Amino acid sequence: MAEAEQRELTYVDAIIEGARTILLEQDNAFIAGEDVGGAGGVFGSYRGLLDEFGPERVVDTPISEEGIVGLGVGAAATGLRPVIDIMFMDFMGECMDEIANQMAKMRYMFGGSAKLPVTVVTMSGGGRNLAAQHSQSLEAWLCHLPGLKVVAPSTPYDAKGLLIAASRDDNPVFTVMNKMSLANRGAVPEESYEVPIGKANVVREGEDLTIITYSRMVSESLSAADALARDGVEAEVIDLRSLQPMDMDTVIESVAKTHRAVVVHEAVRFGGLGGEIASQIQELAFDELDAPVSRVGAPFSPVPFSAVLEQAYLPNADKIVAESRSLIGA
Amino acid sequence: MSTPSDDVLLDIHRRMVRIRTFETEAGRMAEAGKIPGALHLYVGEEAVAAGVMVHLSNEDWITSTHRGHGHLIAKGGEFDRMFAELFGRATGYCRGKGGSMHISNMDLGMLGANGIVGAGPPIAVGAAFSTKYRKTDRVAVTFFGDGASNEGSFHEAANMAALYKLPVIFVCENNGYGEYTPQAKHQAIVDVADRASGYGMPGVVVDGMDAMAVYEAADAAIERARAGDGPTLLECKTYRFFDHVGVRGMGLTYRTDEELAEWQKRDPIHLFEARLAELGVLSKDDAVAIHEEVLAEVRAGIEFAEESPTPDPDTLLDDVYA
Ligand SMILES: Cc1ncc(C[n+]2csc(CCOP(=O)(O)OP(=O)(O)O)c2C)c(N)n1
Ligand SMILES: [Mg+2]
Repeated sequence: MAEAEQRELTYVDAIIEGARTILLEQDNAFIAGEDVGGAGGVFGSYRGLLDEFGPERVVDTPISEEGIVGLGVGAAATGLRPVIDIMFMDFMGECMDEIANQMAKMRYMFGGSAKLPVTVVTMSGGGRNLAAQHSQSLEAWLCHLPGLKVVAPSTPYDAKGLLIAASRDDNPVFTVMNKMSLANRGAVPEESYEVPIGKANVVREGEDLTIITYSRMVSESLSAADALARDGVEAEVIDLRSLQPMDMDTVIESVAKTHRAVVVHEAVRFGGLGGEIASQIQELAFDELDAPVSRVGAPFSPVPFSAVLEQAYLPNADKIVAESRSLIGA
Repeated sequence: MSTPSDDVLLDIHRRMVRIRTFETEAGRMAEAGKIPGALHLYVGEEAVAAGVMVHLSNEDWITSTHRGHGHLIAKGGEFDRMFAELFGRATGYCRGKGGSMHISNMDLGMLGANGIVGAGPPIAVGAAFSTKYRKTDRVAVTFFGDGASNEGSFHEAANMAALYKLPVIFVCENNGYGEYTPQAKHQAIVDVADRASGYGMPGVVVDGMDAMAVYEAADAAIERARAGDGPTLLECKTYRFFDHVGVRGMGLTYRTDEELAEWQKRDPIHLFEARLAELGVLSKDDAVAIHEEVLAEVRAGIEFAEESPTPDPDTLLDDVYA
């Protein structure tokens, strides 16, 4: 058993294993999306699943995002458990009505009589020189919609566990994956398991400040924490894992200990989740704070193409260190 | 219908050679790691861009796709500024902000390559609305793939263009695949042109490997648009010789070498050169000279790009707003 626990997978292989587990465990589950079958997904997230489960359960769709998400809504409302792939998160623009006005609201509008157990898998983030329409981090769009749940796995372990949890949830859940994390390796148990939706993960303990983050920025924050530690500053790093609902209890508990907080995300700072988190911290723990809550996020521009500009644009460990230092007054 | 003069024929030929040479070298540069990001190359489909664009001026608008270099070249795009953009340099058409997927040039009437499949047709309808509103006789041409014809945006645009009798030409580049999915697995029809009748416009199928056929069909569609008779859907059956992304792509086996070889026998440039030789318009030697001349220009473009500065990080926030 100890050996099995040591097994490492890449993030993308963990997604495959999560998706495979879903198909094995739930007869009513199917996967649908562009090139998920024959090609195994353009990121390889579904490799091998068509051969194992056949075209009725691993469904290649036309390039019709509104149709695909609508298919998920209609199938979920009538008893299936769809896993819908939207290749790049940026393509949500094509299907936002199905997401915002149908999927998110149907149960409420129908007075609780409908159930929408649909999982959406999508890929976010920059860093690959894919420019303005293939690099965005739009999770704030989703978190603003009552009726949706949103998770953002940072590790292979979380990718598998959160995907399985999403599929077992009776609500629509977006699993926002990160395209720069695909080759990252980490321990992933072979058996089926859930990472609970709505629970944050304290990935590093510290007394001097709290870094609250998620997705790819978790690893950047951990690097930043290592750099800070060399100067004797111990940062606590919280991986939110779940963005909607959000585990503010864990955040507040940490801030009560460190008295300083910085929120880090790759998404544009203005209107990003950092604003919500900072606001909640001051509402819930104003007296605990020794300094205003600060934020690291992308500047207010589309994601640029050129590597030089994209690197200037993206938040990273250095920027987190700089922000943390000024917060600490060091 | 006008019979093309020798000059027009040579013009079409040169546009095709320019696309082929640029794309082939761009593919090499990507493989050498000099062009970052995703590169969707147009090799094999040159007859479509050339046969349509030869009818257009800089005042006519086009919208393009993720596979957009060929459209821009045929519309008059210059190699040096194009390569500079692909390399992410400050001298590029988009100052390094857009790259391959957003390459554009407003002065040439090119409303951009596009990273969103199916985004072009509605924008072309807007451009055509604009040319009509301003009482010019200019047209808008929207290029899109067989895969894109399954996006709702195409259908909404087609309906509106026909309803308002706008001067739009919908050019479907049917290369048989949307990414790795063959047409038969993404739509239940064979001819995308069939969709035209549902919107009240003519639908025409042409051999997209035959530049003359494209030239003639585009001529008729553009004439119709300029005359105020509304849009046409022109479907060009073609094939991409490279993979979906880059030259060799992800190495998936979604199409056979035999199928590729069959289509390569009908290489649009070879076909057209044979035709021009037959007509006595272009000798073999002249053709070779043109290829060499264009290759030299491509190499100069690459040199320009390599010597160009990368954007100043201080320009990051420029141009978010006017
Ligand atoms: C809205 C949207 N959905 C999906 C994609 C991913 N994608 C990029 S190109 C492509 C295939 C397009 O096929 P087609 O329209 O036939 O053009 P081709 O690549 O064959 O030229 C897909 C699915 C995208 N860029 N935008
Ligand atoms: Mg196609």
